[in-house]
Amino acid sequence: MALLELENVHSYYGNIHALKGVSMTVDEGEIVCLIGGNGAGKTTTLRTITGLLRPREGSVRFDGEDALQYATHELVAKGLAMVPEGRGVFQKLTVEENLEMGAYLRTDAKAIAEDIQRMYELFPRLGERRTQVAGTLSGGEQQMLAISRALMSRPRVLLMDEPSMGLAPVLVDLIFDTIQEINKDGVTILLVEQNALIALDISHRGYVIETGAIALEGPAKELRDDPRVKEAYLGG
Amino acid sequence: MSATKRFDLRYFIRAGLLAGIVPLYTSVIGMVEVFNKREVVKGMLTLGEMLVIFPSLVVGYLVALKWRREGKNPFLALVGALIAGFVASLPTVLLILVNDRIPLRDMFVNVNPALMEILLVGQEQMAQGAFILMSVLAVSGLLGAVVSFIPYRFRRPLVIALVVVILSGLLSEFIKQVLQQFIERGALKQIVQGKSLTTKAAAAIFVVTYLTTLFWDVKGQAIRTRYNAMPASRKKQAGRLWKTMFGIFLLILPWVLGPYLSEVIDNVGLYIIMGLGLNIAVGWAGLLDLGYVTNFAVGAYIAGVLTSTGPLGLGARLGTDPLGFWIIIPISILAAMFTGFVLALPVLRMRGDYLAIATLGFGEIIRLLALSDWLKPYIGGAQGILFIPKPELPALAEILNLADRAPALIEIAKGDSLLAGLMNLILYGQFSGPQELYYIIFVGALFVLFVATRLNNSRTGRQWMAMREDEDAASSVGINTTTAKVLAFTVSAASGGMAGAIFASKVGTIFPNSFNLLVSINVLSLIIIGGMGSIPGIVVGSLALIGLPELLREFAEFRLLLYGALLVVMMLVRPEGLWPSPVIRREMAADEEEPPPDMGEMQTSQPMRPLSEASD
Ligand SMILES: Nc1ncnc2c1ncn2[C@@H]1O[C@H](COP(=O)(O)OP(=O)(O)OP(=O)(O)O)[C@@H](O)[C@H]1O
Ligand SMILES: [Mg+2]
Repeated sequence: MALLELENVHSYYGNIHALKGVSMTVDEGEIVCLIGGNGAGKTTTLRTITGLLRPREGSVRFDGEDALQYATHELVAKGLAMVPEGRGVFQKLTVEENLEMGAYLRTDAKAIAEDIQRMYELFPRLGERRTQVAGTLSGGEQQMLAISRALMSRPRVLLMDEPSMGLAPVLVDLIFDTIQEINKDGVTILLVEQNALIALDISHRGYVIETGAIALEGPAKELRDDPRVKEAYLGG
Repeated sequence: MSATKRFDLRYFIRAGLLAGIVPLYTSVIGMVEVFNKREVVKGMLTLGEMLVIFPSLVVGYLVALKWRREGKNPFLALVGALIAGFVASLPTVLLILVNDRIPLRDMFVNVNPALMEILLVGQEQMAQGAFILMSVLAVSGLLGAVVSFIPYRFRRPLVIALVVVILSGLLSEFIKQVLQQFIERGALKQIVQGKSLTTKAAAAIFVVTYLTTLFWDVKGQAIRTRYNAMPASRKKQAGRLWKTMFGIFLLILPWVLGPYLSEVIDNVGLYIIMGLGLNIAVGWAGLLDLGYVTNFAVGAYIAGVLTSTGPLGLGARLGTDPLGFWIIIPISILAAMFTGFVLALPVLRMRGDYLAIATLGFGEIIRLLALSDWLKPYIGGAQGILFIPKPELPALAEILNLADRAPALIEIAKGDSLLAGLMNLILYGQFSGPQELYYIIFVGALFVLFVATRLNNSRTGRQWMAMREDEDAASSVGINTTTAKVLAFTVSAASGGMAGAIFASKVGTIFPNSFNLLVSINVLSLIIIGGMGSIPGIVVGSLALIGLPELLREFAEFRLLLYGALLVVMMLVRPEGLWPSPVIRREMAADEEEPPPDMGEMQTSQPMRPLSEASD
């Protein structure tokens, strides 16, 4: 059974019809990517899944349950974590405080401390900067922090909104290697990306979204060879 | 670079004109005339003269400092400062000249003969007076520049000592009130005369402050090092000693201050209580609440209705005794919390500006409700509620029959030592005046402080902090922002209710107009001025915004102007507040710093290629 399932989801911002019947599934243990151009509705899809935006029509199911009956914070408690677009870390808190905040719902102080150490191993840069205020971290470091903070809640599914945005290629590689590592540890991943090439590279399956509707879907390898994808997202 | 060495006349003239706006503007609005009635130092300097002279002094100081910092000719700095000071007099001189030809009084009521007399330094001849005015301001500019030449080590104490003298002069009323309890009238006359310092006292204060600051600058570091080197146990002892002394000081404070100043300190205390409450919503949870007066009004009216011995009191209606003060405090708190809770519900989805406007509306609604005919049978409409009794405790002296068993205590109460008033209060339990009510306010503030800090250090406090930072991110880490908001509003309202109940009992009568927008503005401003989210900042802010105006009441008509000026200056000079909280201090630092340069791989990498080129 799919861990995450969207069926015919319609979301609006006021009168703007941003999602026009999106259906997709993410199975346990997968990396699934959602690719599309600017304004296609990728962020809107994630906001709808996490309950920040209520769809007018359609259903969102998480782990067999109707996700729409829950508020965002309740979904986090159920194991759904999001790395927001543009990083969304707490700018004025330190690195360590951000990580602690990520474990907000947990009470096991010892395990939290261990997990923080684990994050520092995952991203040694963060360890060096644990007392630095997040707002003064570089873009790449903030992205690492955002990912780590999301992991601190020990999620079952991690939704990531354009983790490669604004990062140098070397750093993009590092982040995507880490995503694969996280996935091997058993975290299911839904990855939103504009950088279709690298996203399809690490994903099992993929969806292509265009103006609020799914245009293509299939195993990542097939999508990569699909001429339409090649033309639109991989530069021919 | 010859260009930078050139004498830049335009720069000095511009600076001078800017400074010249101050005396012109304050003259036209009548501030100079009113302020001139208050002498800072007897027979030497009035506050009005300061308004005219200080801008030149400051501008001379600043231009000279800036000119030399840029490595330019120091002599030219002096000349420039002289010119700037002189130019600063021109707008005012122009006012005098124009007024001589076309009387401006029809347009600006404050441009009257009395003002002219001040500006012309009492000279009959206009030319002479204007000349003196120009010379004085030019020399002030020069003086400012000279001060800037004094080495920093000696300049800092000088500036501090000057500020302290001026402040002491302004607060001489306060000094007088305190001193008159300890020294006799003759000696007091030597220090304070009327409402100003004597020259002798001013000189003494100047010298003492100067030397102390100088000494501390030289020796302070060593003393601090010595203190730090002390073993922990000694440090703890010293800390405890300080705390005890401070505690004793706070306990006897109203008797040191006397009744009039205790009244002032009581008002400051009520605002501290409210500030601590509003700070929860604004400073910690980031919810801009402009309607805090709502809670104050609810607390006061609940207390009024339930305790009044008049016809509106519940007691009279039900034919029972009215409720006592002590039971009213928790009731008022609960009522205010309930109001806060109810009002939070409709604004849950609002953010920022919209929230501010909605809460602003609540504040007005509560005042209109209190004024309304509809509620008049219950809360008295514009006539308000009268006959609200003062709090009282059982008289220990009678219960324990102390007259027989411990006559010594009774003697203390009857004597005139500092402890007499306090002992009287303990023995007879009558909170009849501001000096006694001080203790209730003090305990209330301590209680609120305790609860607020406990909350802030708990999980709830972290929720608020996260919510203030970024609401979406907060819910993404699993925080229920809805409950966090409602909780912030509810808890924040509590202390408003407490302050309201104490206020009602303190003044004895309450009217709708005591609960106007200004209360909300005051509470919010004192938080901003003290430093958002900072508890010591609230105390400092209350003293500055509530205490100072009470002491300078003769300038009440300019209060809002000064308020505005103060807020603008604060935003420019010290946006983090007078005593910022650690988090805010960090935020401010973070905003100024550039993000640190990236290391290693980040530097060597090329800019990301556009998508269309990303494949090969
Ligand atoms: N708060 C909002 N109010 C109104 N319209 C919005 C809002 N947020 C997004 N939209 C619109 O909804 C559409 C989808 O936006 P969305 O943010 O989901 O795009 P995206 O695929 O994430 O794009 P990008 O790759 O640029 O981040 C866009 O047309 C956008 O203008
Ligand atoms: Mg997006």
